[in-house]
Amino acid sequence: MSENQNYETHECDVLVIGAGGAGLRAAIEASAQGVSVALVCKSLLGKAHTVMAEGGIAAALANVDAEDNWKTHFRDTMLGGKMLNNWRMAQLHAQEAPLRVKELEHWGAVFDRTKDGKILQRAFGGHTYKRLCHVGDRTGLEMIRTLQDRGIHQGIDVYMECTITKLLKDGDRISGAFGYYREDGRYVLFQAKAVILATGGVGKSFSVTSNSWEYTGDGQALAYEAGADLIDMEFVQFHPTGMVWPPGVRGLLVTEGVRGEGGILRNTNGERFMFKYIPEANKKDFAETDEEAARWVEAAVNGQKTDARRPPELSTRDNVARSIYTEVKEGRGSEHGGVYLDISYQDPERVKKKLPSMYHQFKDLADVDITAQPMEVGPTMHYIMGGIRVDADTQASRVPGLFAAGECSGGMHGANRLGGNSLSDLLVFGQLAGAGAANYAKSLSSTPSVSNEQIKSAIDDLEEPFKADKNVNPFDLHKELNQIMSTYVGIFREEEDLRTGLEKLNQLKEKIKHASSSPNKIYNPGWHLCRDLQHMMISSEAITRGALNRKESRGAHSRLDYPATDPEYGKCNTSIFQQGDEMKVEMTPCPEMPCELKELFEKKH
Amino acid sequence: MPEATLKVFRSKGDTNTFETYKVPIEDGMVILDAIHYIQQHYAPDLAVRWNCKAAKCGSCSAEVNGKPSLMCKTRMDDFTTGEEITVEPLRTFPLVKDLVTDVSWNYQVNKKIPPFTTNDNGEWVIYQEDIERVQEFRKCIECFLCQDVCHVLRDHDRKDAFMGPRFLVRTAGLDMHPKDTLNRSKYVKEQGGIGLCNITKCCSEVCPEEIHITDNAIIPMKERVVDQFYDPVTMFLNKIFNNKKKLV
Repeated sequence: MSENQNYETHECDVLVIGAGGAGLRAAIEASAQGVSVALVCKSLLGKAHTVMAEGGIAAALANVDAEDNWKTHFRDTMLGGKMLNNWRMAQLHAQEAPLRVKELEHWGAVFDRTKDGKILQRAFGGHTYKRLCHVGDRTGLEMIRTLQDRGIHQGIDVYMECTITKLLKDGDRISGAFGYYREDGRYVLFQAKAVILATGGVGKSFSVTSNSWEYTGDGQALAYEAGADLIDMEFVQFHPTGMVWPPGVRGLLVTEGVRGEGGILRNTNGERFMFKYIPEANKKDFAETDEEAARWVEAAVNGQKTDARRPPELSTRDNVARSIYTEVKEGRGSEHGGVYLDISYQDPERVKKKLPSMYHQFKDLADVDITAQPMEVGPTMHYIMGGIRVDADTQASRVPGLFAAGECSGGMHGANRLGGNSLSDLLVFGQLAGAGAANYAKSLSSTPSVSNEQIKSAIDDLEEPFKADKNVNPFDLHKELNQIMSTYVGIFREEEDLRTGLEKLNQLKEKIKHASSSPNKIYNPGWHLCRDLQHMMISSEAITRGALNRKESRGAHSRLDYPATDPEYGKCNTSIFQQGDEMKVEMTPCPEMPCELKELFEKKH
Repeated sequence: MPEATLKVFRSKGDTNTFETYKVPIEDGMVILDAIHYIQQHYAPDLAVRWNCKAAKCGSCSAEVNGKPSLMCKTRMDDFTTGEEITVEPLRTFPLVKDLVTDVSWNYQVNKKIPPFTTNDNGEWVIYQEDIERVQEFRKCIECFLCQDVCHVLRDHDRKDAFMGPRFLVRTAGLDMHPKDTLNRSKYVKEQGGIGLCNITKCCSEVCPEEIHITDNAIIPMKERVVDQFYDPVTMFLNKIFNNKKKLV
């Protein structure tokens, strides 16, 4: 480390931005490949959003359902994503997830077990077989802690509570990143041959979200500004079950594991409404009566085989979220504007054992005992399928030296992500990104140089809110952004709303230039938010433009004015990139799937 | 709308004071919501750590009316109407600003613990009953409330000699993992300072994950240390049967 009057400097081969599952796995891999690695995170280590993941990690281990294999997992993922997924990513994901899970186990993760001592797997929406390896309903915590403890013994340099605001380039290629420490506002330069973005999602643009403050779309924005393209940003996942009451916890996630364990959705009339929302094409896979669904749950609970089909609550997330939204809109909602999710008919001790944190969450925060009463739930913004376009095998973006993995990258999940495919995504593509970036760094004959001009502009940008003529409270601006996105770019979209949203975003962009902060740099959240807002604006605009451009309904993108799925749009990804100061949208053809994989969708299963 | 009165610890340069704020109360509101309200309406520079807001990440630890608590889990209606609620940072760690403290010492302690080590590279068969205890320990969200309340660290400031309850739990979780091949008794005795704990159970009382820190982790680890270093029969048996775990 050398000191300059304005900032401290660190050098490394690979810089990883973000220390959730993807960032940690990438850092571990790059380090194992023998390059020097720095890992930067906005929070303390081990607090990233991965800890919020509850239900499990999808991998075709076939421990519970022996028929499972990677091909079925691949097929489920593509069908869940409405065939818009990058087929190669979906293939790699399905093939490598079992390896990554076993590796995690060998690094000390302690999964729940089957009776014969293997990793236990549970059912989830859209997965043909019981496929989610889990630890009660705190799978993400297990994963992040295991990776964290593996990582710290591998010589990775960790920089906590550090926010990156700009990627630096030497000509076309990446040369490092610049940012500040939250603790005291001192500036920091990372000189790096390669950068891996693993910054997660964009939830903080919406008012009702399961996401934490960190989810401000940093990776998407940094990559966009550095010249990478973003794909399929219009596909935003609303998780069907967030808490709706009390107000302070609105949006907080209720794991899909509740439905995986047999949770039943009912409207205020007591009707089990999901039966009527199963799409015609999928009806053959779902139970038709309460009795059949109950037999399936009974068998699942006891680890037995059954000919009963799965309950309708296990439809894909996009469908369940829309169904709940519709029930509420048509006046059949619960007292606080949700629907009821009920697991209280099961043995209370089993519920507490399988869903411990749900039990505590409702008891402590809502005075609801889920072993005795139903929960009230409604859709909450949860995940973005779109993100930085990357090469499937190396996770390289189109900017030399820039890689991305996890939620901030796009392609893997297509138009809708299946539950449980995110944690596996983090491990599989984290590993590939780590290897890809390490190889790239090794291949460089010289270290790219950083430009003082770029650093100066990063500093100027950060200090803008201190200027005397700034006068707008960033928290108010944030609230305004939330309102725009939730009102005009929500679950159901239409042309006029989207146009209005875009116009309001443009107006907001101007106001954000006046965001103001006291010049105190020591742990000053108001100052931090001023800068975060700029990142949030980029992903928000990209989501809106993508949504406006895709004139069809597919997966999580539902257009009231174009309710049908259009096969022509199914051949294209939405690509978003910067040209001058303009955000451009282009449709680019999806990569062509090879014949042997296409056959999987033709055969009768 | 009913109002609550919060006295929040604020650091202004070198001086620290409590500032009083009035916050309107909504149904189900927690302390963290009130802190966010203050941030948004009165003090954008009020420093606070938080992430998940669901008691899963352990970021928003503070002392509420003197009690080490997660702010996201402490409800406003736990207090009587009109009662002043004080919110202060964890007192065991150096102050950064307002409600934020420097907890980096914990990360240094963690890094020194001999990591999970195994020599079994095959397919693992592990039965649920053999991991119940380890899974209890692994529920820990690293909120460091146990470290904050521990009198060895808080009153006697023995961070030089004692790893604290959090890391005794972590070490116990590693030692009791069915596939781990190390015996960390020597480590917790010599580096971890387990002898300094006199089992007052304050740590167990504040644990938001309800981990039985003292009963299930610290006492069994103390027993292992005794067996290893002070019990002649076990020491002899270990020698004869060549206890398969490597002592570190």
